[in-house]
Amino acid sequence: MAEFSSVGKNVPRVDVFEKVTGSAIYADDRQFGAGLYYGRLVRSPYAHALIKKIDVSKALEVPGVKAVVTGKDFPGRIGLYLVDRPIFAADRVRYVGDPVAGVVAVSEEIAEEAARLVEVEYEELPAVFDPLEAIKPDAPLLHPDLGSYKVAPFIHPVPGTNISEHFKLRRGDVESAWSQCAAIVEEEFRLPQIQHVPIETHVAVAIWEPSGEVTLWTSSQSPFAQRDLIAQSLGIPHGNLRVISPYVGGGFGGKAGVSIEVYAVAMARAVMGHPVKLRMTREEEFVGTTVRQSLVAHVKVGCDADGNLLAMEVSYYFGGGAYNDYGVNIARAAGYSCTGPYYIPNVKGDSYCVYTNQPIGSAMRGFGMPEIHWGLEQAMDQLAEKIGMDPVEFRRRNCVKTGQIIATGMTMPNVDLVACIDKVAKAVNWGKKEPPSAPHKKRGKGLAIMWKAPAMPPNPGSSAIVRFNEDATVNVEIGAQELGQGAFTVAAQIAAEALGVPYDWVRVSAPIDTKYSPYEWQTVASRITWSMGNAVKAAAEDAKRQILELVAEHWDEDPEDLDIKDGKVISYKSERELSLKGLVVYGLPNEDFEGWKGGPIVGRGKFMPTYVTSLDPETGQGTRAVVHYTVGAQAVDLEVDTETGQVEIIKIASAYDVGKAINPDLVLTQIEGGAVHGMSSTFEALKFDEKGRPLNPSFVDYRIATAADIPKEIHGDIVETPLEDGPWGARGIGEHVMVQTAPAIANAIYNAIGVRFNELPLSAEKIFMAMREKEE
Amino acid sequence: MGMHSITVTVNGEKEYLEVPSHMTLLQMLREKLAITGPKNGCSAGECGACTVLLDGEPVNSCMVLAVEVDGHEVVTVEGLAKEGQLTPLQQAFIEHNAVQCGFCTPGMLISAEALLKRNPHPTEEEIKEALVGNLCRCTGYIRIIRAVQTAAEKGGA
Repeated sequence: MAEFSSVGKNVPRVDVFEKVTGSAIYADDRQFGAGLYYGRLVRSPYAHALIKKIDVSKALEVPGVKAVVTGKDFPGRIGLYLVDRPIFAADRVRYVGDPVAGVVAVSEEIAEEAARLVEVEYEELPAVFDPLEAIKPDAPLLHPDLGSYKVAPFIHPVPGTNISEHFKLRRGDVESAWSQCAAIVEEEFRLPQIQHVPIETHVAVAIWEPSGEVTLWTSSQSPFAQRDLIAQSLGIPHGNLRVISPYVGGGFGGKAGVSIEVYAVAMARAVMGHPVKLRMTREEEFVGTTVRQSLVAHVKVGCDADGNLLAMEVSYYFGGGAYNDYGVNIARAAGYSCTGPYYIPNVKGDSYCVYTNQPIGSAMRGFGMPEIHWGLEQAMDQLAEKIGMDPVEFRRRNCVKTGQIIATGMTMPNVDLVACIDKVAKAVNWGKKEPPSAPHKKRGKGLAIMWKAPAMPPNPGSSAIVRFNEDATVNVEIGAQELGQGAFTVAAQIAAEALGVPYDWVRVSAPIDTKYSPYEWQTVASRITWSMGNAVKAAAEDAKRQILELVAEHWDEDPEDLDIKDGKVISYKSERELSLKGLVVYGLPNEDFEGWKGGPIVGRGKFMPTYVTSLDPETGQGTRAVVHYTVGAQAVDLEVDTETGQVEIIKIASAYDVGKAINPDLVLTQIEGGAVHGMSSTFEALKFDEKGRPLNPSFVDYRIATAADIPKEIHGDIVETPLEDGPWGARGIGEHVMVQTAPAIANAIYNAIGVRFNELPLSAEKIFMAMREKEE
Repeated sequence: MGMHSITVTVNGEKEYLEVPSHMTLLQMLREKLAITGPKNGCSAGECGACTVLLDGEPVNSCMVLAVEVDGHEVVTVEGLAKEGQLTPLQQAFIEHNAVQCGFCTPGMLISAEALLKRNPHPTEEEIKEALVGNLCRCTGYIRIIRAVQTAAEKGGA
């Protein structure tokens, strides 16, 4: 491989000048002028109730109110994998915050005032909040019509229950394997709902023109999926619905799929010709958009005397909240990846998504993996301890390796997890007992490993277009979104590399606009560098081929002998060279200007995985469950203050196998930010009272990590084992970086104080009380 | 709803505005002047995304009423760079990749600017303390802290 010019280089982000000068535009920043109206949602105060009557007459009387819409106006449902969510609740509310009506007014204040005057008569029903309670035969049923909902072919709801998805994995013979085990660990682990907490709350502005054309401006990871789902649910022809999505102020999965955007469009229909802005308050963002699902995990795992894993039996019960239109696929992902990053010959796995009367569970950074790794990675430590093996050695021995047949029957693609383990172990001086900084503190080290596959339908596509300007600068058109992860920068680097032009010649066409941007399924699943990257590379190669054929004809040479370097076409044979400037738009003249050849160069490219197979619904077995896995390891060195229970993290070291780092420093920024996100999530929980009413939907009561809370040192290592079908071998990294942080911290705390915590969140108080209990 | 006539200097420009009593400084900047660098992250003074300089001091502009800034001077992130020339802090944020989604960046830059003005050579602890009211969910803060250190080494904001 020749030297790289752009790929693998730490070039500056394409979006950074705008972002440090305040000129970067986000969804709330666009000015709509005097015609702008504001929307406000009327939300249910009950966790579970029947709607008897809605009276909007008082709200409509408020001066400045333009419309009030309810479920009567919009009878449809919406959903990606399971179409279970009404646009507005019409007959039943299923969580505190379930929207029952939308008020449109000339100001936010008037809309808010009028929303309080919408009178809704409810008949309260028994509610259920714990997934284990919700699966009992006598539990209140949230979706009696589950059997009639439209569902993706690979999702398996159980009508007549609260189970919206049941994924089964069966491999080998677990029952007879237990008797061969020298040690077995069996534990229950739990974690609560938490929220993504992007600093930008959800914002959507919609206008429904009298012509029937609809435009939606939205902070979104999924402009194309929103077009598709909203068009279907509201009966808008796809070509009439245009979704424009400027920079996203933090997504983390919360802005994937459709959440509040459909309400903005629905309200806009009632006031045709006027844009309607719907902006979530911070309180609504916490409990009225989407959250990460809760989980109860039963984990049983055993190994022989040499430390070889022999059997695993797991049951995962995800508390999916009121609607599981996206969450069902999280339970499925947790099902096919249920072993974690280990080779285990005998596996019985059951993963359930369960309706509960709580906020809507959906995608969040890691998509089920942080949830299941919380228990798995503690259980592995416990098992290693039982047979007297070092946790690092135990993981090196059992972790998944290239070419192994993993639990679904798929052959493991290229990864080097052992290299990741070794790097983080070294970074924290694994095996070396180091003293605490004070006599009242105890120091400990812990380690955890992870895997995650992009969890998506088998055939999500990406496309890209590469166009030239007269001076040979390049516009790259993509449909992938810039959430902060660096998608635009990676697109520009890949285009520059594949075309042979300098990086700073490349512009990324933004904002993403479904009317002008080429199709992209969604900016989720850590799939963009890989999938969009392949599409951009293909588009650039298509453009390059056109240029080389043109110049080859001009020079009467073979295109095979030509190349583009640093913005010039060169011939390895004749050593001629020609600048791209001009020719990429105007073409080239024939001899003596007897006519011209060529013309504006437009390259097009696409990528779609074609090889993912279905899985047997009874065993979860199939040739290829997923496109690939990304793997990694984290090690934590920390101190616990025995007087307060406070945890102080000295160092988090992370290593991930990204295949090929297109921009190594941007990979490190993901690794560092993810480590802190993961640390913060260890101490986070949404809390509810016994009626399901949220108790802490504010920054004061739901704390996220501040600058003062971060580890003293955050260390990152990059491993590069090329992925077979990634651009130059690249695979994604955005989500993996927080998957195993919580169990790594828990393992380090155990190492420090000898206490295990099976339930998140952790807190200083909880740790302090546990230490005291242990002493007694 | 009472209206008030105010005069306020924003990023060096004198503005004459009619504002209602309940309008916040953040609303005034974003809705009256289309200065959208300061962001609305919570409307409660808890996230720092709306931080601006009011007579040189950092404030959460969502917690200040527009009428209160009558006769005063406001600087937003848009007022930091002069004629396209970035400040040392802005340059350091670029150099260190201290920006991801960018939504907290305007507030971060303003808080850091104020810190370096009053304390040109802050310790790491002082930087963390100065930024504790500016929440960021992407970066893990480490690059932001390094960027402030670099700007300080290069001679202030």
